[in-house]
Amino acid sequence: MAKTFKIDGMDVSAADDQTILQVARERGIFIPTLCFLEGLSFVGACRLCIVEIEGNPTPVAACATYPQEGMEVYTNTERLQGYRRLILEMLFAEGNHVCAVCVVNGHCELQWLAEKLGMTYNTLDYLNRPKQVDASHYRFAVDHNRCVLCTRCVRVCDEIEGAHIWDVMGRGIDCKVITELNQPWGESVNCTSCGKCINVCPTGALFKKSKAVAEMEKDTHFLRYFSTIRAGGD
Amino acid sequence: MSKAKVATVWLDGCSGCHMSFLDIDELLLDLADKIELVYSPLVDNKVFPDMADVTIVEGAVSSEEDLHKIKHVRAHTRVLIALGDCAVTGNVPSMRNVFPLDKIYNRAYTENATENVGTPTSLVPPLLSKVRPVHQVVTVDVYVPGCPPPASLIGRVILDVLAGNIPDVRAKFG
Amino acid sequence: MDMDELENIAAHEQAREAQYAHRVRVCVATGCLSVGAEAVQEALEHHATPKGKHHCLVMGVGCMGLCGNGPLVSVDPAGVMYEKVTPDDAPDIIDSLGAKPVARLQCDTNAPFFTRQVKIVNENSGIIDPEHIESYIAHGGYSALVKALTEMPPHDVITQVMDSGLRGRGGAGYPTGLKWSTVAKTPNTIKYVVCNGDEGDPGAFMDRNVMESDPHRVLEGMAIAAYAVGASYGYVYVRAEYPLAVARINKAIRQAEKMGLLGNNIFGTSFNFNVEVRLGAGAFVCGEETALMASIEGKRGTPRPRPPYPAESGLWGYPTLINNVETFANIPPIIRNGATWFASIGVGRSKGTKVFALSGKINNIGLIEVPMGISLRDIIYDIGGGIPDGRAFKAVQTGGPSGGCIPAEHLDVPVDYESLKALSSVMGSGGMIVMDDTSSMVDVARFFMEFCMSESCGKCIPCRVGTVQMYHLLSKFSNHQATQRDLDTLERLCDMVKYTSLCGLGQSAPNAVVSTLRFFREEYQERMIESEVAHG
Repeated sequence: MAKTFKIDGMDVSAADDQTILQVARERGIFIPTLCFLEGLSFVGACRLCIVEIEGNPTPVAACATYPQEGMEVYTNTERLQGYRRLILEMLFAEGNHVCAVCVVNGHCELQWLAEKLGMTYNTLDYLNRPKQVDASHYRFAVDHNRCVLCTRCVRVCDEIEGAHIWDVMGRGIDCKVITELNQPWGESVNCTSCGKCINVCPTGALFKKSKAVAEMEKDTHFLRYFSTIRAGGD
Repeated sequence: MSKAKVATVWLDGCSGCHMSFLDIDELLLDLADKIELVYSPLVDNKVFPDMADVTIVEGAVSSEEDLHKIKHVRAHTRVLIALGDCAVTGNVPSMRNVFPLDKIYNRAYTENATENVGTPTSLVPPLLSKVRPVHQVVTVDVYVPGCPPPASLIGRVILDVLAGNIPDVRAKFG
Repeated sequence: MDMDELENIAAHEQAREAQYAHRVRVCVATGCLSVGAEAVQEALEHHATPKGKHHCLVMGVGCMGLCGNGPLVSVDPAGVMYEKVTPDDAPDIIDSLGAKPVARLQCDTNAPFFTRQVKIVNENSGIIDPEHIESYIAHGGYSALVKALTEMPPHDVITQVMDSGLRGRGGAGYPTGLKWSTVAKTPNTIKYVVCNGDEGDPGAFMDRNVMESDPHRVLEGMAIAAYAVGASYGYVYVRAEYPLAVARINKAIRQAEKMGLLGNNIFGTSFNFNVEVRLGAGAFVCGEETALMASIEGKRGTPRPRPPYPAESGLWGYPTLINNVETFANIPPIIRNGATWFASIGVGRSKGTKVFALSGKINNIGLIEVPMGISLRDIIYDIGGGIPDGRAFKAVQTGGPSGGCIPAEHLDVPVDYESLKALSSVMGSGGMIVMDDTSSMVDVARFFMEFCMSESCGKCIPCRVGTVQMYHLLSKFSNHQATQRDLDTLERLCDMVKYTSLCGLGQSAPNAVVSTLRFFREEYQERMIESEVAHG
């Protein structure tokens, strides 16, 4: 049963299985996302896609919320802009992101979001936490300095490739994506080296070896094929 | 109309932002009519004026000298522009922040040294424990990210500031 | 098992206890055990034996409340209570039975600490033997379950709970009856009932006490809930740091199964209810219901966005009822005595009683149960006996890391969900930490932020990074190094983390800062320095 509601004052309708984000995208309304990726399950973790709902004091994640009949959604209020900027500042403060010398410079979702959402400097202190690089895999490497913990790699490996060699360990600020119960990636016997994790990673945390600064481009179009197959080929 | 007094300073950076500034090409001629370059690593005058209308800072705050310099500059500047990622975020210089200072000194002056081995005690300004972006040390009025920021952006920002505005910059890091 | 059998067991147990001229009860809950109650119990038994077979019965019982003065011993029918008892006191206590009480050990049971409490949840605590199902049955145990199963259709049970006005005791205060009816209405052949015993607030031990002192009450409450919502499986999720609670719940489950009070065809009806214990591995966030369910499913204990709420899609996607230990503990008396009785206790939209763990700078440290609506002043000065060493009261922290600090000028506020919320605090699960004028409120806020920071699961950015940023800023205040810009940033972060975090942990993490900034702002300002960096 279709539901009708409003996004930024515009009358829209949604099918039962459509989230606010999906409806907004269909209508060309921009809502920033980072952990969300079409074709993977949603986790509602990055909180960049938060939207305000009339009468609700707490914003909700558009990627994880199904609209209700008559709902009035606002996607880009001044309050949300402030929150989103602060979320980006937190990410830049948490990791050690040095865009100038990154393999994905110019092709990075985090870098793009910062420009798009007008984050030109960081009001928070950088945490400067030492992080590791695992380059033990023969083709790929993970640089935790650039990881935003979106868990796209975890989900694509589990949900699409079916290998589930990625997961998250630790808690809070010590969280870290790991391969094979925190063993070196190169020693993983279950990794199929398919490279899906590399392509869905929004930043330069996962990359192909031999790529120099700004040379690594990501390609997620394969997810669309899988979505089509899952939807029964139509 | 008197010319605006413009200064540029260079802290811990690579000079790339100054190079990009010079890349504004013929706009330099327009600027020459509007500004007087009162202090810069690129000119001979080595005394910072009593009050500059605009100062453009390149580089992060890495050493005690940088700290001293930027505080002096701030006190004698009306509008301070942080130019480029080093000034705005710390960028490459700040990559040392994850290491303790003594390890960095040791690496530079002992492990990799072939002569005069040992950390110098004079002439080289002591490093601060962490490299910091300019705005964490003094108040910054305009932020221009980029490594380096494109020349066109630099030109637009400077003209905007000279016209008495604080421009709304949208630019990417890196 | 039927009502007659249950009554027989009760009568038999009452008769067994009545054989003894005196009953000496020793608290064997964690508080008293930690100061040597086990040795006291052994010494009492040792000295009682020579007095003859039916002279006195020495029982290990649950918490008597005044934990700060343990080990506690009570004597029936004399109605005497002894505090700070050592094994050396055992001969005197046994010898005094039937004669004058041992004055040096006596604790004043006419003090407001005892007289002003109203016990529903803890009605059996300190009276029955928690390891002995007959002891529970002798005090009316499982009669509510029989009544529900044999006299009430499920929707009547839900109506009773709804009319009672009971609200979730885990902190959020969601109406329990409403939650039950949602689960009941969700069509599915498989449903679950989960008891949240992952009590993790620093200084809180209300739920631990119920599980240690009266474990069958929790099981009975869960069974009634399962009957009402149509579930036949249940989990008690207890943190592994509560070994005694885990042991007693497990023992209680086995005893109840053996008697046919849990399992299949309970009381000869078609109702089945099987319960298992699941242990939490020390993560505070697993007290959040969606994280708790992930943990039960064997996954990493992290929360997920709601809706869907557990009532629609919970454990393994099935409709799941999750209530807190204390909530379930309120159910049997509501069914036994009726909704009207329960609703007559309390105030406004907060009905019944609430158990609080009183700690900090207060004379009577322990566990109390008070009617909703009592004032903080009555709790602290009357029941709590005021502040020790003649110091002045400064603030009371309610609700653990999610709560706030309430200053002296608001001491007359009634303790109910809405009033505490209006003071930037929460009812929470029932932690109540009293601070005197030697406490620095900045340090208090920093302590709770450190707790939230280390307990954040790391899934969402606002909580994962925001708590660290706020902790660093609070440390700057503690070290007298903060600037006006730091204060502005702290306030921006409080607002942002509160409104953008994924779950309750992050959403309430700033509360301690918000409330201390509201009531004790000068303490922050005193710790600031001039800076060359302007605001913003």
